[in-house]
Amino acid sequence: MQKTPEQINEDLLRPLQGTGNVYRVVLAFFVCVVIVAGYAFGHQIDNGIGVAGIRRPVFWGFYITNFVFWIGLSHAGTLISAILRLCNATWRRPVTRCAEVITVFALSIGAAFPVIHLGRPWVAFWLFPYPSERGIWPNIRSPLLWDFFAINTYLMGSVTFLLLPMIPDFALVRDRAVGFRKKIYSALSLGWSGTPKQWHRLETAMHIMAIAVIPVAVSVHSIVSWDFAMAPVPMWHSTIFAPYFVCGAIFSGIAALIIAMALLRKFLHLEEYLLPIHFENLGKLLLVMSLLWVYFVASERLTAWYGNEPAEMTVFWLTQRGSFSPLFWTMVFCNFILPFPILAIKKLRTITGCVIASIGVVIGMWLERFLIIVPSLSRKYLPYSWATSAYRPTWVEITITAGTFAAMVMLYMLFSKFIPIISVWELKAGQHPVAAEEYARFADGQTRLADELERSEAGAE
Amino acid sequence: MARQWGMVIDLDRCTGCEACVVACHAENNIDTVGEDQAARGRAKHWIRVERYYEGEYPDIKAKFMPVLCQQCAAAPCEPVCPTFASYHTAEGLNGQIYNRCIGTRYCANACPYTVRFFNWFNPVWDEPLNLQFNPDVSIRSVGMMEKCTFCVQRIKAAEIQAEAEKRPLKDGEFAPACVQTCAPKAMVFGDLNDPTSEVARLARSNRATKLLEETGARPQVTYLKRGSWNGAENAENA
Repeated sequence: MQKTPEQINEDLLRPLQGTGNVYRVVLAFFVCVVIVAGYAFGHQIDNGIGVAGIRRPVFWGFYITNFVFWIGLSHAGTLISAILRLCNATWRRPVTRCAEVITVFALSIGAAFPVIHLGRPWVAFWLFPYPSERGIWPNIRSPLLWDFFAINTYLMGSVTFLLLPMIPDFALVRDRAVGFRKKIYSALSLGWSGTPKQWHRLETAMHIMAIAVIPVAVSVHSIVSWDFAMAPVPMWHSTIFAPYFVCGAIFSGIAALIIAMALLRKFLHLEEYLLPIHFENLGKLLLVMSLLWVYFVASERLTAWYGNEPAEMTVFWLTQRGSFSPLFWTMVFCNFILPFPILAIKKLRTITGCVIASIGVVIGMWLERFLIIVPSLSRKYLPYSWATSAYRPTWVEITITAGTFAAMVMLYMLFSKFIPIISVWELKAGQHPVAAEEYARFADGQTRLADELERSEAGAE
Repeated sequence: MARQWGMVIDLDRCTGCEACVVACHAENNIDTVGEDQAARGRAKHWIRVERYYEGEYPDIKAKFMPVLCQQCAAAPCEPVCPTFASYHTAEGLNGQIYNRCIGTRYCANACPYTVRFFNWFNPVWDEPLNLQFNPDVSIRSVGMMEKCTFCVQRIKAAEIQAEAEKRPLKDGEFAPACVQTCAPKAMVFGDLNDPTSEVARLARSNRATKLLEETGARPQVTYLKRGSWNGAENAENA
């Protein structure tokens, strides 16, 4: 099923060359939802954060749930694609860019939530360590500030990681575009002419980024977990939270990636590029993460229950048997009982099967974040201050939440119209003998360099 | 040695009259938020009288416990604030800089006592309460966290007065509004670092206990309460 480079160009650049009416209508719908969400945020600024449903003692609600959820989804891309690149998993080629785009957009959306949730979002810039005339510096001891730095680092890293392998593709579009578009793509392709020197530099840069971005991704969700784990709140103050959150993030990230790939495959007619094998392999990864997630939940719950600390047990039973239990068991169903058999049985691990499992996981992981935040805050130590009226989101929170999902789809749709959603040159490198040879020579050079280093070290001894 | 302001609340004296709550509202310009917001759990009481019942009806006994900011020495609310709005003063108070607060509400989550209150909207007062503002206390606008200050405006006024008269501050010379108002004299305020002060003396009582000490916040409010006569240890302390 080898395709010629011309065919690949033709197939993958097609979405850039024209738009249909269906595309325009769907895009307009999502733009409208985003505009309504913008109105809701404006309403909140105008009247006060009180128009949201959060109340004492549940000071954090939907907004922080969404924040953790979107930052979690962002682990789809950069982390997964970096790991697959480093492992030299050849099947990754059509998947990496879809994944990295999810990272950049989900991270931007996630980073908006701490600002949306502020009582005074107009002074959010006080989190920046800028030279203030009052000599005031942000408080480096606050996990929120760690968040600020971690998210910005990850955003910059993943934007770079996304942009680097786009350069040869920009050049490809540049060579076929005319007029104004040609100018833009020329600027974006940074004078790329495809010389061996440029290829080597690109490969080296991507190798460095792939290694650098993994610890950054792990740190981001660890720090998000510490927003909770650092506070002495029942069921938050846990040492397991950092790895638990990282695991959950990758879990929901893979699920989001599978859903996005299925949609792209259908709407951009990429049936010959995004193959069942890709879904099957990602399905296996999702299966591993599902098991890991259950392991973490079981460890967390078991130690809390065995420890039998009164304040923790109040929250424990509230989620296990109390008013939050329907949500808790829905979460267990969505994250394990549903996806596990689908992904474990080879016959069911089809594209449809993987998508059903992934939808379950995305819903389940949203609930997981909600169940970490709200029940603990509703039952904090002194019973007199327990939530007298249960937390219920208002239309403002619901609209803004819906708006961010719409924003994700909107950004993804726009992106796929301007940039090939599958990395054209990487796909060719997997199929095209010349490019493959080029890459092999480069890899060989690396090995020889390593050998030489080893020999010189041995000589020094 | 710098002062360490602290309080002792004698639960055996407290009658649960809630005069302290009213006095605090009047002294600190705390708005009444209105019926609808109060029903949503957004009422603001820097001091509240917690009421717990013991026994089964009709043999029921109400227990009262005034709870206010415990001005913790290792306050969980302070390090989590990203903008230093919540900070520790030299005299051991948990300060709150209203106009530095951006409203992350992290401090309120971290506080084990749930004594921090948020301005969900701009404040409103039922008439004629809008005519009796205390000029020494700033009004907090929407999006800011607020909490008990141990009436820092009274502390500062007394300190400035004493300095002007070139004399040391006397124990019991002034008191926060809640302490001043407490009819059964269940509350005592003063400098814990002065071993001769009444508050320091009472804090050493064998009836002394602290609220939620297991969270490690080192609260500076001490509660006095008789033992329950269930064991030898308690009988000894009576």
